[in-house]
Amino acid sequence: MANEVAIDIRDVSKRYGPRWALARLSYSLPVGRSLLLTGHNGSGKTTLLRMIATASFPTAGTLQVLGKDSRTDREAIRHQVALLSHASFLYEDLTAAQNLIVLGRLMGLEDPARDSAALLDRVGLSARTDNPVRQFSAGMRKRVAIARLLLKAPALALLDEPFGELDPAGIAQMEGLIAELKAKGTTLVLATHMVEQGIRLTETRLPSGAPGPGSTR
Amino acid sequence: MFNFALGPDTALMRAHAAGYLWLGILFSSVLSLGESFRIESENLSLDGLKLAPADARAIFIGKALGNTLMLWLLSLVLLPVTIALFDVKVTLGIPALIGILLIGSLAISAPGTVYAAIASNARARDVLLPLLLFPILIPALLGCVKASALIFEGDPMNQLASWIRLLVAFNVVYWALGFILFPRVIEDD
Repeated sequence: MANEVAIDIRDVSKRYGPRWALARLSYSLPVGRSLLLTGHNGSGKTTLLRMIATASFPTAGTLQVLGKDSRTDREAIRHQVALLSHASFLYEDLTAAQNLIVLGRLMGLEDPARDSAALLDRVGLSARTDNPVRQFSAGMRKRVAIARLLLKAPALALLDEPFGELDPAGIAQMEGLIAELKAKGTTLVLATHMVEQGIRLTETRLPSGAPGPGSTR
Repeated sequence: MFNFALGPDTALMRAHAAGYLWLGILFSSVLSLGESFRIESENLSLDGLKLAPADARAIFIGKALGNTLMLWLLSLVLLPVTIALFDVKVTLGIPALIGILLIGSLAISAPGTVYAAIASNARARDVLLPLLLFPILIPALLGCVKASALIFEGDPMNQLASWIRLLVAFNVVYWALGFILFPRVIEDD
């Protein structure tokens, strides 16, 4: 298991119109390890995470996630990967519980209502499960998004600015969740501007000298 | 609005009532179809659905059936208004007309869902959707108007069946195309 590769990035580039968001990035992350992505705004961290999650695809190069090609085996990858993104992926008019139940049904969970209630309780939203997300603050939406990620019980968790919008209690809870995911053997990629916290929570960091997020050619 | 545009000619309005009914449904459909993807772009919810993962073809079927139901209900509201405003007699009976409203709603929804998904990423989405959709819908609009007019006025030459066949064929083609093409439309390749 230790030798298996969770993410294998080979010469991956991504272009949006005339701008290269990523240029010729190569990197491998073994299963069960945790990686910290750092870089300035617009350096390509979110682009990379979205490509690993198969929300978008490389313009050039190959990307394998959990041994599967990101373009041809996207369905299989999506079953095992969860992305905590800047966007919450939540439906504003549905309640917090309904948002999770929809996901649970799509995943074929036996009792999505029970699992959703347990996870919303865990992120501190048990009193607001039946309120529409439209009424939630940014921090509360983030908590629902975290519960959404946990519902998937992913083999690979991609966390894009997981501490953003959270209050100090939420940040402490998020740190606990990251530690818990690591203890379970979940492979983790964390992108954050809170570098010290990120270093403390992860084992490796994308080598600063290597071509990586931020390269433009 | 048609009353004001064409003047107070009651016989003319009655003769063209089926056309006004379907133009009303068609214009309303643009708002309804656009809205069905606006909620998906609010928090990138469509990405959330894809990554759940939900099969893109299942998303198409769900969205298109949802849009069909919405349009059909809307047309059921517009129908009595049309009958009352234009003083139309429904010679072949209301159930036949309700059936045509359903087939017409299905015909608008299949290509409408695909084009609404395409237009949802554009800056001028509200302008783009009718520009893309209306030309495609001309055969369906023609079939719906002719079939509805025959139900209003009677069908002594037995023409209704051929218009219904056209609408069924349109539905088969565009629901199949939507089913095949929708994954390409929503995946960011």
